[in-house]
This record gives sequence, C-alpha cells and structure tokens, in this order.
Amino acid sequence: MPKHIAFIMDGNRRYAKSRSIKQGTGHSVGFAALMASLIYCYEMGVKYITVYAFSIDNFKRDPSEVKTLMELMEEKINELLENKNVINKVNCKINFWGILDMLPEPVRLAAQKLMASTAENTGLVFSVCMPYNSTSEIANAVTELCKERRDMMQGQQASGRNGRPANGGACSDISVSDLDRHMYTAGCPDPDIVIRTSGETRLSNFLLWQTTFSHLQNPDPLWPEFSWRHLVWAILQYQRAYPYIEQNKDLAKKQL
Amino acid sequence: FHFPCAILASNAYYLIPHPEIINSVELPKFVLCLGRWMHNVLFFLLSTSRNFSLHREAFVVNETPVFMNKPPPHVFKLMSLPSMIIKLTLGLLWCIIHLAISLLSLCSHLIFNLECSLISSGLLWKYRNLQLGRLKYLAIVVDSREAKNTVKINQLLYWLKTLGVKYVCLYDIDGVLKKLFAPGMNGSRDNNPGDYLDASANIKALDCCQKQMTIECISGSDGKEGIAKAANLLCSSYLNGDSYTQENVKSEENVKSEENVENEPVFTETDMASALKSIGCAGPEPDLLLVYGPARCHLGFPTWRLRYTEIMHMGPLKSMKYGAIVKAFHNYSKKHQNYGK
Repeated sequence: MPKHIAFIMDGNRRYAKSRSIKQGTGHSVGFAALMASLIYCYEMGVKYITVYAFSIDNFKRDPSEVKTLMELMEEKINELLENKNVINKVNCKINFWGILDMLPEPVRLAAQKLMASTAENTGLVFSVCMPYNSTSEIANAVTELCKERRDMMQGQQASGRNGRPANGGACSDISVSDLDRHMYTAGCPDPDIVIRTSGETRLSNFLLWQTTFSHLQNPDPLWPEFSWRHLVWAILQYQRAYPYIEQNKDLAKKQL
Repeated sequence: FHFPCAILASNAYYLIPHPEIINSVELPKFVLCLGRWMHNVLFFLLSTSRNFSLHREAFVVNETPVFMNKPPPHVFKLMSLPSMIIKLTLGLLWCIIHLAISLLSLCSHLIFNLECSLISSGLLWKYRNLQLGRLKYLAIVVDSREAKNTVKINQLLYWLKTLGVKYVCLYDIDGVLKKLFAPGMNGSRDNNPGDYLDASANIKALDCCQKQMTIECISGSDGKEGIAKAANLLCSSYLNGDSYTQENVKSEENVKSEENVENEPVFTETDMASALKSIGCAGPEPDLLLVYGPARCHLGFPTWRLRYTEIMHMGPLKSMKYGAIVKAFHNYSKKHQNYGK
C-alpha cells in the first residue's frame, strides 16, 4: 500500500470548457474532487498526500484568473480554519510548501495560520504546493544550507582563540543528504506514486528531486472527474510495479 | 484501461455519485460508509502485498504467498478459525484481481505489438509522415541491468538515427552506459552544437550515412550528486568571499551578485544553473524522454533538464519495437504545452 501519493491536479480549465461553465467553477469542482480524494486516501490508509495547487509559472496566467484562484484558495483555507470542512474530521496536518511570499497578503496569512493550527495533528499529512517550483525549492535548500554553514563557521570563529577566520576548513563537502534536510519535504517520505490527470505526460517542475523512484502515472480523466475507482486503479498499477521499484531502491541504497 | 476499472468497481460503480454531485461541502454519508468498507477489505488485501514477491509466475503458484505471511506459531494457534478463513478469502480475492489485471495487460500488449508491426510495415497511413521539427533533443532512460545489453542499445540508436533524431541523451542510474560508451568518446568535440557541451566529456558524434547524431551519456551521478556539487561550489565561493571580506575592510567590489546588502546568501535558479554548467553537469533540456524499463520512473534524471519534458513509457528494453518509437513521436507531435499559462 503506498504511503505517499502526489497529485498534479491538471484539467480544471478543460473541464470547465467542456461543460460550458465558468473557469472559476471548474476550479471549485476541482477542489471538491480534491476533498473527496483525500477522504478516499485516508480510508485506504495512505498517510501522506501532496498536491500541486499552483505553480510559480502559473502567475503568468491572465490576472483575473490568478485573482479568482487566490480568492478561491483564501475562501477554502478560511473554511478549514473555521472547522467547516469535511477534512477537519480526519485530524489532518496541513503543510504549505513553496515561496509563500509570492502569495497575496490575506492568502499568505491564512495559510500560515492554518499551518500553525494543524501543526500538532497526527493523522493524515496533507501538503499543498503553492506557489511551487522544484528548481526553486532546490535553490532555496542550497541557500538555507549555506546560511547554516555560515552560522556554523561564525560560531567556530567566535569560539576560536585566534583572530584569523577558519576559511571553511572544518566544513565538509555538501552531500545529497544535507540538501534533503533543507527541502520543504524534509520529514516526509518520497512519493510512491505521482498522478497527473488529463493524460499529460510531463512533470512541470513538480517534486523532481523527490521522485527518483516514484511511479509516474497519467490517467486520462480530467482532475474534476478523478474519483475513487481511478484511485484504486492507480494503487493496483503501483502494486504491479512495486517489486521493480523496491529492487531499484535497494540497489541504490547499497551503492551509497 | 478504463474498462477494467469497471470490472473492479462493478459492485459499487452505480453507487459512486457523479462528480457534480460531490460539489457540496459535506460528502454524502454513503460514500464515507463505502470508503470504510473498502478500507477494511482493501487495506488488508493490499497491505499484505509488501511481503509477496510479485513475479507473474507467483500468481500461478497462488496461495503459497498467503502462507508466507503467517504469524509466529504461538499466535497462529490463538487465531480463530473464522478470521483465518476471512484472511484466506481476502488474499485469494486479491490474487484474482491481480491475475485479471495481468491477463488484461497481456491482451493489450498483444494488440500493441500488432499495431507496432503494422506501423513498421508502413500500412497505417497516419504514421507515415513524421514531423520531427519540434523534437530537437531526445532523452532515453534505461534500467541499469538492461543497459548491459549493448546489442539492443546499438539497435535503438540506429533506429533513432534513421528516424532523423539529431541529439540523443542516454541515461541510466548506475553509469553502465557511460562506461560502455566512454572508450569511444575521445576528443570528438568538433561537432559541439553549443557552449554547454564544452565542459562535458560525454559527447560522441555518431557519423554515418551523412546523418549525424550526437550522443550524450549521463548517469545518476550527474543528477542529485551533480546538484550537490554545484551547491558546494556556490556555497564555498560565498563563504570564501565572506571570510575574505572579514579580513579586509568591506568594499563595494566584494559584494557578489548572490549577496544582498546585509550579506545574506540568496541563490536563485539561475545561479544554480550556471554553477551546474561550470561543473559540467548542464546540457540541453530534452523535449521527450523515453523510459525503457518495467515501470514508468525517471530514476533520477538530472532535475534541471527534466522540468518540462514529456515522459513516455516504452516497456522493457528487451521487447522494444520500432513501431513503438514511431507512435511515441507521433503522440509527442500532437502535444501542446502551456508552460504554466
């Protein structure tokens, strides 16, 4: 049974177009589908769920659409804060990953409040990536790591008797595990499955660092049409690929 | 594969509400009950899969996997008969489900093979004129154990050359391909299509029949470890610069582009990209990535090159088909990217 499933929620606008409804409503239906999928996953025992809600590239969209999306997010986050949403019953810990400073002020504050209020929950871990880019996550991790090293060095210099700086002699080279610690996903296992709906085959800069051994799936239904049977099918497909993936993971661990 | 879904969920299919009904905040209670029922059935079924070795032959051998998972003897005696029967039944049900899926995938595989042979013989008209204009860079990910099969790799490269691909990047996580192709890659840097190839020693120009194809071989060490090396470069140049400014009076010339006025490091994606270039891990971003292996995984392909690449799964290398590549190229030519817009 997979522990961590990641969703790229693609196809809301195409869904709205095909049903001749407004784009904003397409996104709302997409949100409802998200809540439903969360509950199904929780019932099946999947502990970690990550979704790609908004990409840094999406800011290039039409400003009115971006505004609608931000308002929708603010509305839904406030619903969660006021305990009116169905997922409040599942004792969910909610994370927001991404460069939160790029969000408008009310959305950012609401998101931070929600993260703080659910930080102690021990049930499902639900991570929303917005606004997120895998490459900027890595750049951010490098920055954090550099700051950490600098602080370490300054600490060493302060405690040393001589006045000359240590010139980084005590610091070892940066390793992959150092960077892992500073990613937004530190503490979460790597995704077992990455599902991108609407049949598109690319990852669009989502969790590229963490998906080395993830089973990538791209079912044809659009995101608002993604339902329970698609999820079960996805898990069954993952189970068929599981021996191969585990073999590769073991080989990679042996080489380290 | 949508039609098999209906078989699985046939009992509950008519109970699943139409997506538009789910548009309310409160999920209907019957969906939650259904979820709980499925949790009880599936959770046990699917969680026992961890201890199985799931090769196809095992399905035929069937019930022994259930017994492989049995608890220690003293606990076994305490288990009541009804719960044992339930567990056996559930285990059997799970095996049957996976057997059914295997049969279906076998059927679709046969149909696919038929289609590939038709494409190869040129009978399907829509695959006749391949438009490869948009496909400038192609990448192939191969499972490391299959990568040792040089005959197949060479055949694949030959097919790609005849199709007119100009640049191929071969990747496998363990570096098997790099070792296989490296002996032939000495000093073939005359045909570099761009600056990014200068620092890389992995390029080989395959010149045959007036069709030239550049091949690049990369491995897992160019992926995550390459990023770690680039990070190391950025970090050490920042830290050394910092310690330098501490020795002397801080002057304007010492402030680098990645530092702001308060001397805080801020590394952007562009900084990382240029660091990767200077250590030789940069390269062109492939437009299409073909994965040859039992499962569709990118196995650690370098992050900075995988951002907007279309990933297509081709199956195991030993059963590769020319028609499958043609079909993949055809599907690629129909794709449309918004790049976030």
